[in-house]
Amino acid sequence: MHAESQIREPLILGNKTYRNITDDIIAPIEGKANRLWYILFTISVLGFMWGIGCLSYTIGVGIGAWGSNNGVDWAWDITNFVWWIGIGHAGTLISAVLLLFRQKWRMAINRSAEAMTIFAVLCAAIFVTLHTGRPWLDYMLFPLPNQFGSLWPNFNSPLLWDVFAVSTYATVSIVFWYIGLIPDFAMIRDRVVKPRMKKAYALLSFGWGGSVRHWSRFEEVSLVLAGLSTPLVFSVHSIVSFDFATSVVPGWHTTIFPPYFVSGAVFSGFAMVLTLMIIVRKVYKLEAYLTIKHIEYMNIVIIVTGSIVGVAYLTELFVAWYSGVEWEQYAFLNRATGPMAWAYWCMMTCNVISPQLFWFKKLRTSIPFTFVLSIVVNIGMWFERFVIIVPTLCRTYLPSTWNSYTPTFIDVGIFVGTIGMFFTLFLLYSRTFPVIAQAELKSILKSSGEEHKKLAANHAHH
Amino acid sequence: MATKQIIHGIYSDEVPLLEACSKLRASGIRIKDVFTPFPVHGIDPIVGVPRTRIAICAFIYGITGLSLATLMMWYMMIHDWPNDIGGKPNWNYYSNIPAFIPISFESTVFCAAHGMSLTYLLRCWLVPGAKAKNPDPRTTDDKFMIYLELNDEQSKKADEILRATGAEEVNYKGTITIEPKY
Repeated sequence: MHAESQIREPLILGNKTYRNITDDIIAPIEGKANRLWYILFTISVLGFMWGIGCLSYTIGVGIGAWGSNNGVDWAWDITNFVWWIGIGHAGTLISAVLLLFRQKWRMAINRSAEAMTIFAVLCAAIFVTLHTGRPWLDYMLFPLPNQFGSLWPNFNSPLLWDVFAVSTYATVSIVFWYIGLIPDFAMIRDRVVKPRMKKAYALLSFGWGGSVRHWSRFEEVSLVLAGLSTPLVFSVHSIVSFDFATSVVPGWHTTIFPPYFVSGAVFSGFAMVLTLMIIVRKVYKLEAYLTIKHIEYMNIVIIVTGSIVGVAYLTELFVAWYSGVEWEQYAFLNRATGPMAWAYWCMMTCNVISPQLFWFKKLRTSIPFTFVLSIVVNIGMWFERFVIIVPTLCRTYLPSTWNSYTPTFIDVGIFVGTIGMFFTLFLLYSRTFPVIAQAELKSILKSSGEEHKKLAANHAHH
Repeated sequence: MATKQIIHGIYSDEVPLLEACSKLRASGIRIKDVFTPFPVHGIDPIVGVPRTRIAICAFIYGITGLSLATLMMWYMMIHDWPNDIGGKPNWNYYSNIPAFIPISFESTVFCAAHGMSLTYLLRCWLVPGAKAKNPDPRTTDDKFMIYLELNDEQSKKADEILRATGAEEVNYKGTITIEPKY
C-alpha cells in the first residue's frame, strides 16, 4: 500500500471508515432538502425564467433587442460566452491536470467541478447559438452537405475553430464526468431502498459491478481521458482568444492572448469552484472531506493564476507602448482613462490586487474571506472580458464611427437567466448525484485519512 | 461435464484480500473475479489480470480522427470549392496547414476520447439497462469479494485459505455445470 509522508496534512478528517464515506455521500440523496435549498432553488428558477423570457423575445424580434450597435457589434453576448466558458475550465483542470500530477486533493472536488464545467459550457452555448440572430439556422455552422451550392464553412476562420473546439470540449467533458459517475451510481443503486429510486439508479449505473478487470480498464480510461483533456482544455481557450487575436482590431491583435486567456479561465474557474464548494460543504455537512486544506490549495492556484493574469495585463501595456503603434497605444490608453475607465480599474482591483491578499495564510484559510473573494474574482473576470471587448470597439480606427454602449433590459435578462440556469442545474445535481467521487475517495482513505495517518505515525515510533 | 462450486469470500479490508488472492494463486487456484468498492492498486498482477490494451485503441481512434479531419478539410477547402480569401487562395493543402491545425487537433481528441470511451463501455458491457454485475450488493459499499468457481477438491483448499486470511464470510452459492468444450 502507498504510504504518505506525515508532513502532509490529512485530506479526510476524523475517524472515517469506508461505510462512513458511503453514508455521508448518500445522505443528501436519500434525505429531504432543507429550507435553504428550497430558497436558493426558487431564486435560481426565477432568474432562469426571466432569462427564458428575454431569450424568447430575442428569438422573436432578433438581436436588435440587444444594446449592441453599429460600432459595438460584439458586446455582452460574447463577454458572457467567454466568461462562462472560462469558468468551465477549472473543472477539466482539476479532474485532468491534477490527475496527471497525482494530486490526491482533487478527489474531493473533481466531481462537482466537472458538473460545474458542464453547466457552465451549457450556459456559454446559449450565447453562441443566439448570437447568430437566426438560431434555427445554426446547423449551418457544421460542415454538412447542403443545397446552397457547394457552400462549406470557412476552415480558415477562428470562429469555426471555436465551433469544433467547444463542441469537442463539451462532449468530452460529459463523457469523462459520466464514466467517473458510473461506479458511484452503482453504489447508490445498491444502497437505496425506494423501488423507484433503485430503478432509476440501476439504469444510470449501466450495470456496474466493480469487477477487478473493469476497475483496471476504468483507471486506464480515466488516465488517457485526462491526457486527452489536458491539451484540449488549453486549446479551447486559446481558440476562444484567437477569435480576438487573429483580427486586426488594435488591443485585440496580440500574441499574448492565448496564455493570458487560459490562465484567466483557470483563475475564474477555481473561484467559481470555491464559491460552490463552500456552500456544498456547509449545506451537506461535508466538512470532513472538503477541508480547510482543500480550500487553501485552491487559493494557492488562485494566487498563481491571478498573478499570471496581472503580469499579462502589465505586459500588454508595455508592449503597446514599446510597439510604437499609435492605434495600439491609444486602445490601451482608452481602456485605462477613457469613458469606461471605471470598468478597467474594477478589473485591475478585482483580478490583480485582490488575489494577492491570499499570500497571508490567515486569509487563505479563512472560509468567509475566501467566499467573498471568490465572488470578487468572478466579477473581475467578467469585467476583463467586457474591457477587452466594449471600450475597444467604442473607439476604433475611424473617429466618425466612435460610439458608446449601454446594455438593454434584454441583455441583462439573458445574463441573469444563465446564472439562474447554472444554479438551478447545480442545485438539482447536488441532490441527485453523488457530489464527491466516493469510490476514488475510498482509495485514499488509508493513505490520507486522519486516523490512519495517526496510526501510521504511532506505528513508526514504536 | 463438470460441476463447479460457487464460492464468495467476503472481506472488509483490502490488505487481507490481497494476501488471500496471492495465496490462492500460489496454490494453483484460478480466481474467477474480485469485486471491490474502489480500484485497489496493485491487485492486477496478483489476480492475474493482463494490462488492458484500451490505450492502444485510443491511439488508433485518434489517428482515424486526424485522417478524417484532414480529408474533410482538403475536400471542402481545397478540392470542392477553393476560396480566395483576402488574396490568399487555397491552391493546395500544404500551404494552408497552419489554419487547419486547430480543427485537426480537435478532431483527433474527439475521436480518441469518444472511441475509447465507447469501447470501454461495450467491452465491460456497461450499457443502460444492463443487470448489476456484482453478486453481492455490499461490494459497492465497504466489502470486498473474491469470487471463485471450483471443483470439490479445490473448494476445500480455497475454503481453508479464505478462512485463514481472515475472510468475514465464506458463502457457498450453489453449483454450476460447465459444458465441456469440444
